[in-house]
Amino acid sequence: MSWDVLFAALTLTAGYNAAVVAVGAALLGASAAGIGTFVLLRKRALVSDAVSHATLPGIGLAFIVMTAFGGDGRSLAGLMAGAAVTAALGLLAVDAITRRSRLSEDAAIGAVLSVFFGAGIVLLTIIQTMSAGRQAGLSSFLLGSTAGMLFSEAVLITVASAAGVVALYALRRPMILVGFDPSYAAAAGYNVRRIDLAMLLLALVITVIGLKVVGLVLIVALMIIPPVAARFWTDRADRMVLIAAGLGALAGFVGTAVSASAHQLPTGPVVVVTAFVLFCLSLLAAPQRGLLASTLRFRAFEARVHERQGLLAIARGEAVYDRFTLAVLRRRGLVRPDGVPTLIGRGAAAAALRDEARWEAYRRLEPGSPLLGRYDGLTPIETILAADQIAELDRRLALRVAAP
Amino acid sequence: MRLSAPRPQVIAREGQVVEAIDTQSPLDIRGLSVTYGEKPVVFSVDFTVPAGGMVAIVGPNGAGKSSLLKAALGIVPRLSGEITVFGRPIETARGRIAYVPQRSSVDWDFPARVLDVVMMGLYRQLGLWSLAKGEHRSRALAAIERVGLAGFEERQIGQLSGGQQQRVFLARALAQGADLYVLDEPFAGVDAATERAIVSVLQSLVAEGRTVLAVHHDLATVPAYFDHVLLINVRRIAAGRIAEVFNAENLQATYGGRLSLQQLPELDRNRS
Repeated sequence: MSWDVLFAALTLTAGYNAAVVAVGAALLGASAAGIGTFVLLRKRALVSDAVSHATLPGIGLAFIVMTAFGGDGRSLAGLMAGAAVTAALGLLAVDAITRRSRLSEDAAIGAVLSVFFGAGIVLLTIIQTMSAGRQAGLSSFLLGSTAGMLFSEAVLITVASAAGVVALYALRRPMILVGFDPSYAAAAGYNVRRIDLAMLLLALVITVIGLKVVGLVLIVALMIIPPVAARFWTDRADRMVLIAAGLGALAGFVGTAVSASAHQLPTGPVVVVTAFVLFCLSLLAAPQRGLLASTLRFRAFEARVHERQGLLAIARGEAVYDRFTLAVLRRRGLVRPDGVPTLIGRGAAAAALRDEARWEAYRRLEPGSPLLGRYDGLTPIETILAADQIAELDRRLALRVAAP
Repeated sequence: MRLSAPRPQVIAREGQVVEAIDTQSPLDIRGLSVTYGEKPVVFSVDFTVPAGGMVAIVGPNGAGKSSLLKAALGIVPRLSGEITVFGRPIETARGRIAYVPQRSSVDWDFPARVLDVVMMGLYRQLGLWSLAKGEHRSRALAAIERVGLAGFEERQIGQLSGGQQQRVFLARALAQGADLYVLDEPFAGVDAATERAIVSVLQSLVAEGRTVLAVHHDLATVPAYFDHVLLINVRRIAAGRIAEVFNAENLQATYGGRLSLQQLPELDRNRS
């Protein structure tokens, strides 16, 4: 690997051609992750895997046909057209098997994926024995390669990816609606089956665009990993699409640059590994749903429970033995290192006991109140009830104490 | 047991109209049959939803109540039958119907907030390209307010209770705005406060002149909540005003031996 080539590629200074390839890969990553989000929310990720594997026989057939007619068998547009045709056949086959037979969708996916991919490998093997030659490079569609990509090919990929983004924008509402609640969508007059087909066709188109860059085996990873990572950052579908597209673009851009700086590396795996690194960062560091944040939140909650239990024990004059409880109380300055409550600690203990008593009184006063559901042993009642309500509770508590 | 035989679709004979489509009805169902595989779950049901009515569909489990609704609205394919909405084919009048599906039919882990789901009720009007504007947002907020969920707009839907989720679905239908509200088991698994809130929203809709059609499974509350009822068990058993058809004889015919006889006199007492 050459570091100055990597740096040049990342800063778009490795030449005009390389810059167009990098921008194209970023746009491809964005549109793949964008459509992938909708596919994932509709729980159809494996269908797009079957579709991508079904491109292989089309690539082989297109090469044979173009060579037979005396053309250049490696024309990217021609190979893409062939790939699209068999991928569409694969998609229709999955749809037909699922609807017209008793087989479930996963069985249909398994059958279509393996049969089409197997046929494709057979065709590639036949092509290798053909005398027409110049077949070198077809196998790069398996794992993707941007090395030696023509300028016109890069432009084709860029323009097609941009068109994919526009189509995504237009279909975003129907696809979200069908993903969340297909029966409401159908009742509102959306043709659910047609929207599903449009979504998978869009995935198909982006798969075909991505053949040269990421390869057919791994394109599904570029569709699925960024949205899964994006889910950690947001609870809103529209933002999930945008974040996934951003992560996908980053993975496409960085992955292409890294692969360009080391010629033995196929582009697809590098792009996917980059996406996976982004996923791991999201899993760890995302603010609400990330592992780090939820662990910290749980630790804080645990400490609050122990603090409250310790304070109530102190208030009742019981000894605290639990080490974690003692550590929490000590850290907050509520007990001295030898375990004896400090002045602040005794005050806090009395406050905790009073809070429990107020909750108890409120429970007796208004047994059906929905606010009782807010009691978790930690929330002070002052944050739930108004001052005059608390005064009323205190009056009743005082009455009960005074009563003989 | 009264069984309605499959009825031929005779609209006119010798120039005389014998059976006209009710153009006032928000939903007119003729000879509707639905099957899954080769077993009919709904068989040749005729039902005219009265305009401005609060209508319950009642029947035992597996009687085809939900299937009847779904087939009438085109969510599942129908084997036969003709559906008209205010005298027009349903395909041209979908905007006049708002559907509230069963709460359990969706994945509540979906990345959406309460406001996002309610805004889905406006997607048809927004079309493909236009952006949601302030007026759309305020319509959604008003619907949320009407079902008593004000303050929950930003809440993730997975963090709601079952009753709150049901209210979100109702708010989405309200935001859409319609002449006929079709609800599938709106009171299934909701708390008592939510049940009261939903009933009062539905009654206010009827007071505004709209029509409500709901699958309902709690026989004891049928007379209190509704004014019309359709009793079905695959076939139509009876339909009409509560006072006329919601009686022990028809319920026995609907539920067969599955309805304990002690419940029946109690129902009669509720009505009087």
